[in-house]
Amino acid sequence: MECRRVVITGMGVVTPLGADVEQMWQSILAGNSGVAKTDLFDASTFPTQFSGQVRDYDPMAAVPAEVVESHRLSGRNSGFMIGAALQAWRQAGLPDNLDGQNSGPSVPAADRVGIYLGAGEGPLDFEQFIAALVEGWDSEAKDVNWSKWSQVALSRMDKVRELEQEPNMPGAHLSQLFKLRGPCLSCLTACAASTQAIGQALELIRNGDADVMLAGGTHSMIHPLGLTGFNRLTALSTRNDNPKGASRPFERDRDGFVLSEGAGAVILESLESAQARGAKILAEIVGYGSTADAFRITDQHEEGRGGISAVKLALADAGMGLTDIDYISSHGTGTRENDSIETLVIKAVFGGQAYKIPVSSVKSMLGHLIAAAGVVEFITCVLAIRDQILPQTINLENPDPELDLDYVPNVPRKAKVDVVMSNSFGFGGQNNTVILQKYAG
Amino acid sequence: MADRRVVVTGLGISSALGNDRDAFWQGMLAGAVGIDRIGGFDPVEFGCQVGGEVGEIKVNKLVPKFHRKATKLMSRDIELAVVAADGAVRDAGLKTRGTVNDGEAVGIEPTRSGVIIGAGLICCDLVELGSAVEHAIEDGKFSLSKWGGEGMEQLTPLWLLKYLPNMLGCHVSIIHDFQGPNNSITCAEISGLLSIGEAYLTIKRDRADVMVAGGAECKINPLSLVRQSLQGRLSTKYNDRPKESCRPFDQEADGTVLGEGGGIVVLEELEQARSRGAKIYAEITGFGVSCNFSDDFVTPEPNARGITIAIEKALQGGGLSPDQVDLLVPHGLGVLSDDQAEARAIVNAFGDHARELEVQVTKSRVGNCGAGAAAIDFVSTVLALTDGKVAPMVNCEKPLVECGLKLGGDEVRQVAMQNAVCSSYTYGGQTAAMSLSKFSE
Repeated sequence: MECRRVVITGMGVVTPLGADVEQMWQSILAGNSGVAKTDLFDASTFPTQFSGQVRDYDPMAAVPAEVVESHRLSGRNSGFMIGAALQAWRQAGLPDNLDGQNSGPSVPAADRVGIYLGAGEGPLDFEQFIAALVEGWDSEAKDVNWSKWSQVALSRMDKVRELEQEPNMPGAHLSQLFKLRGPCLSCLTACAASTQAIGQALELIRNGDADVMLAGGTHSMIHPLGLTGFNRLTALSTRNDNPKGASRPFERDRDGFVLSEGAGAVILESLESAQARGAKILAEIVGYGSTADAFRITDQHEEGRGGISAVKLALADAGMGLTDIDYISSHGTGTRENDSIETLVIKAVFGGQAYKIPVSSVKSMLGHLIAAAGVVEFITCVLAIRDQILPQTINLENPDPELDLDYVPNVPRKAKVDVVMSNSFGFGGQNNTVILQKYAG
Repeated sequence: MADRRVVVTGLGISSALGNDRDAFWQGMLAGAVGIDRIGGFDPVEFGCQVGGEVGEIKVNKLVPKFHRKATKLMSRDIELAVVAADGAVRDAGLKTRGTVNDGEAVGIEPTRSGVIIGAGLICCDLVELGSAVEHAIEDGKFSLSKWGGEGMEQLTPLWLLKYLPNMLGCHVSIIHDFQGPNNSITCAEISGLLSIGEAYLTIKRDRADVMVAGGAECKINPLSLVRQSLQGRLSTKYNDRPKESCRPFDQEADGTVLGEGGGIVVLEELEQARSRGAKIYAEITGFGVSCNFSDDFVTPEPNARGITIAIEKALQGGGLSPDQVDLLVPHGLGVLSDDQAEARAIVNAFGDHARELEVQVTKSRVGNCGAGAAAIDFVSTVLALTDGKVAPMVNCEKPLVECGLKLGGDEVRQVAMQNAVCSSYTYGGQTAAMSLSKFSE
């Protein structure tokens, strides 16, 4: 079967720089940082005391009143996802839901519309979880007294809060909200998850397994154990005296990534479906590559082996050559390792051409949304194509002498942007690259 | 591309009935039940005190020297996956970095070999965490500021890496040097089947020639037991008769029973399998994914329409009419309302032929292994089809009245079978089904 063309017809975000695509984009082009002192909990004694929180966001504000009850108790991640999905869904001009009441030539069949998310787990009910552990701890035996622990856990943990931690719940809320019967999947390939979700949704539509897919992701690891995990790994910046300057991808003095939270959603659709519905086409997605480093749990492959093959696979899939790429939206986390290896990857694939391709990281402003990072970056790529402008890498004060590509330092740049590559590399070695282009009929 | 056929060439398992294909299948045929009183911790406070435990796992013996240090980063879930993957790769006779003897040549092309392993919400080791939390107690209470300062320092720096759900697939890809497409699907109890399905599509789409796919999870830990107890889904009346506790499709069922384990299989493109003279178990012919709606996100709608749609799509993919199917392996939880809904959905997909279908269930034998559950079902489907035998149904003395399925039968049934369907669903709503056929030229 010939592969069908796939276009983007809707986008939505909930991020530290706003819960609205245009607001986030203006904020990015203004060089704002969404990073500030953490106040979701008291992080004042942690090595890292700042993060990119979503603020002033009401997850139920956009949910139709008659179904709010089903979603009111959503976990923080599901709440983000619902907001982003509603924005994307409405921009694509799809009806409130596909329960059969709405039908007609412009409405896709419910079993042809699906969901693929790179969704993180919902935040732990930290207070009750810790209460059970403290009360159940036998300090003499250095062991948990299970009987005591169970009594506390069973009586204080909440049924809904526990269920909402399951990573399939954001997708569950969306299928219920929009009444979708198509493929509904979730993956969690760490920092690459929502790029993977977009790639797999692309594949499902291309091969005729669905006509429309809501793809994206959501995550919040800004909770005491999430912060603990990343701080113990020494993966986070500890620049507590300057949170807005903490995310410094490709910069000489970078000292780790900044933990952020949020969600992003895009509507991917077969070209025929978009045309039949008369939907406005925002861009076309043309290439995808997924690989594994298969190297070490703790480190990326020194020569970027898996990243190189993901980029090459995506180029081959798009049928493109090295001179076709106008801009690379990098994974660009701001850790010493990622930014060096990602630079190596780009040079290894593009050779001399690498110096002519601008590469930037919007993580310098948004921080790292973990599972949701890829889709939000993907959305900035669509906007870069729309506005013919490259988002910049802020905080790039002192170039790292080892890293010598054009990282679009500090100010956005007008440029011809027709074809864009977006990279996501996950902890553990899962690499995903997608390519999108201006829709030209 | 449409012509690429996908076959199953290796089966691996970790379960309460054993950690290899033969032990599992002999147990299934003999009517054995691996469920017993929980021994991993004291379950006395829980309504449900039984489960399907695997016992000691000596993962070190399976892990090649270069990766042995990383076994310290393996949570139980990861170990269950590594064991099952090892079994599958060896059963397929694949010479990988993880299975060859010193000096022997590797027989796979790493970049054309991928991994998709489904995972659950991995629970952290509470004793390990408890001994760190102890350092953050002040006046008998947990102090977050003390935790951020000195408490978390007690945790090993790589603590987080044991609990990321993508690590199942990452360890397996490293051990066997599979550098191709890699995903980690996190869709609760259907993760395993979705992973095998996506691997099937990945080969069909010519993104890889061999895929190791499935799922694994350890549901036997205090936190999982709390979560599932709060949902009211667990059996509580059979603590004195553990072997009788999980009763899919039986009138006396009072809840499901948790287990730990995984199912992992090797899928290969037919020509590649042939060219290396691999034994071919079966051919995958169709895969369908959909969604149930549910007001509480736990109990499916009464006719579980999403299951019917998934089965119909799987049959369509395989070019099968309902009456060509000989064997059905359903989710079969042992939760009355769920089993009734599932039976209705099956009848709606197969019509009158539902009464003729052989039915085989695994939950009553090994418990509900979460992300591993549907992959274990898949392995059992392949074994039944290959062996021409359907395992006896245990604990179904009083089948649900008028449910339209041929249930019960505590003897092994020898049946000539050509086509089978493995179907699954999960809380949250997601559903999946796969059609497979005995291999013929």
